[in-house]
Amino acid sequence: MSDMLNQNAHLNPKVFDEDVEQVPSRNGFGEGLVLAGDENPNVVGLCADLTGSTKMQAFADKFPDRFIQIGVAEQNLVTIASGMAAVGKIPFTSSYAMFSPGRSWEQIRTTICYNDRSVKIIGSHAGISVGPDGATHQAIEDIAITRVLPNMVVIAPADSIEARKATVAMAKNGKPTYMRLSREKVPVITTESTPFEIGQALVLYTGSDPEKKDDAAIIACGTMVHRALLAAKALKEHKISVRVINCHTIKPLDKKTILQAAEECGAIVTVEEHQIYGGLGSAIAEVVSQNFPVPMKIIGVEDHFGESGEPNELLEKFGLTVDTIVKAVTQVLRMKEK
Amino acid sequence: MISDHDIKQLELKANDIRKDIIEMLVAAGSGHSAGPLGMADVFTALYFNILNIDPDKPEMDERDRLVLSNGHICPVLYATLARRGYFPVSELKTLRKFGTRLQGHPHRGTLPGLETTSGPLGSGLSQACGMAYAGRMDGKKWWVYCLTSDAEHDAGNLWEAVLFAGKYKLNNLTVIIDRNNIQIDGFTENIMPLEPLKDKYEAFGWHVIEIDGNNVQAVIDACNAAKGIENRPVVIIAHTIPGKGVDFMENRFEWHGIPPNIQDVGGAPDKLHQAQEALKELRTLGGKIRSEHE
Ligand SMILES: Cc1ncc(C[n+]2csc(CCOP(=O)(O)OP(=O)(O)O)c2C)c(N)n1
Ligand SMILES: [Mg+2]
Repeated sequence: MSDMLNQNAHLNPKVFDEDVEQVPSRNGFGEGLVLAGDENPNVVGLCADLTGSTKMQAFADKFPDRFIQIGVAEQNLVTIASGMAAVGKIPFTSSYAMFSPGRSWEQIRTTICYNDRSVKIIGSHAGISVGPDGATHQAIEDIAITRVLPNMVVIAPADSIEARKATVAMAKNGKPTYMRLSREKVPVITTESTPFEIGQALVLYTGSDPEKKDDAAIIACGTMVHRALLAAKALKEHKISVRVINCHTIKPLDKKTILQAAEECGAIVTVEEHQIYGGLGSAIAEVVSQNFPVPMKIIGVEDHFGESGEPNELLEKFGLTVDTIVKAVTQVLRMKEK
Repeated sequence: MISDHDIKQLELKANDIRKDIIEMLVAAGSGHSAGPLGMADVFTALYFNILNIDPDKPEMDERDRLVLSNGHICPVLYATLARRGYFPVSELKTLRKFGTRLQGHPHRGTLPGLETTSGPLGSGLSQACGMAYAGRMDGKKWWVYCLTSDAEHDAGNLWEAVLFAGKYKLNNLTVIIDRNNIQIDGFTENIMPLEPLKDKYEAFGWHVIEIDGNNVQAVIDACNAAKGIENRPVVIIAHTIPGKGVDFMENRFEWHGIPPNIQDVGGAPDKLHQAQEALKELRTLGGKIRSEHE
């Protein structure tokens, strides 16, 4: 089936294999921050008592003079970073997404976004796949609250390699930037050769040969991209051809790729490990409904808090499964026929 | 006055709670060890001596309110509530599992005995202040207790509440700080120094009592003394030993957020035998706790 993978995406040839390598996306951030630190001495790292689990430790070890321990104080974390950015530093701040941008939101809005300062907000442990810690630690609102902010760039990488590339890229973009990371291991989808550019969505898979149009598009971000690929493969077996798009940048949204999918496929399913309100699906719907309306389904957590459990139990409970994606595609196809 | 015999009984109770904590954490396969073990004596003193509560009427209006601000130490809260009769001890083994009432961080809603939801640090004291203020407005006799951790004092929200309680002289509020000197990234005085903590509270208009937080008698005495302070909020700085009762965990910040039997940690038995060793130690500790202090 891998012949249906977009050759230009240079995906991991093992992407559909059972034994595909699995790595948490936060690891890629840790590697990327060291690379960014090597490239530019103005890159500094700030952390709020979560240096190990947000993977900032490697940077702290390599550049101890450029690492700043803030303590459990996320509002201070982002505002200190804002001040440092005002005088030329490129601060990367890390915590769990629930606490930053969760707790630190207004400070991010006014002192970082309104000032248009190049501060990087790294929110790890996003989504319900955080598991046993429960709802208090499961950020499923972070895309909504960051993408609503003018000047903000919002990225949700699909795997560790993409997270590494995104980290290096955002050190150079000169903009307030939020990156959402996951705690759990996810399959490595991309490779060194996979193109990555902030704001550029990437078609990973097409169900039909390039001249023919696909029946539907699945647009996903973060931890759900791999499941979207599995769903496309399953649908292919039912003779339904699906295009899978990795929309790693939620803001600025790649309108061209999205609208092309709307026009050529005529039906869209979005998938994200986030509330259905205000996230990737909403962002896509805003663009599609106003430019080229087609039937859509938005898959995400439906107006609910998370809870304790193993990651897969929770993903199942909240309908973030390959099955749900397959069903949603058949639903949009029916809507399209009407 | 509480008799020596009763104190001994409470110490044994605290030890049972510690064993519960180890067993729960092992069953869960994740969760926090150090804080809960360190606070077992404070919880025992509160729930078995100080608090005016009734497990059969968990929502009765005249109950004292206890706000656990540092929600991650909830294994000790759950074990104490179960031992106090709020729900079956057998339910403890559902900690953190799918469908449980014992969420990874406490969620007020389904489990009796919880006053609030917590986990994100630093916002419990404000809620406790709100309860105390409103209770006083309505002339209520119940008392408000707030348990916080030392690293929560990194957070601005906490100090906003300290200012508030000082201004309004909340004299129906007692705060107990788990002063165990650890947080996730290391020792508090290296991560974000808090000392002199006592002076800080006093400067904000509070009455401060410092105790050995692993001494049940001292906890009880301090809570009773707090009730006698008329014009100010009271904070009890409870100096505790994180991981108390399990030698290889004591004073080690590495044990903040992991359960036994998951990871090899320097100075600890190999990972498969940690729980077994911990329970063995706790069994032999039974009844000897107080004499340690003497
Ligand atoms: C607002 C917020 N930021 C970060 C965290 C993650 N976190 C959990 S516990 C903790 C610090 C632990 O120190 P302390 O509160 O003193 O607890 P102890 O280790 O002594 O049990 C941190 C940073 C959190 N729960 N809430
Ligand atoms: Mg502590």
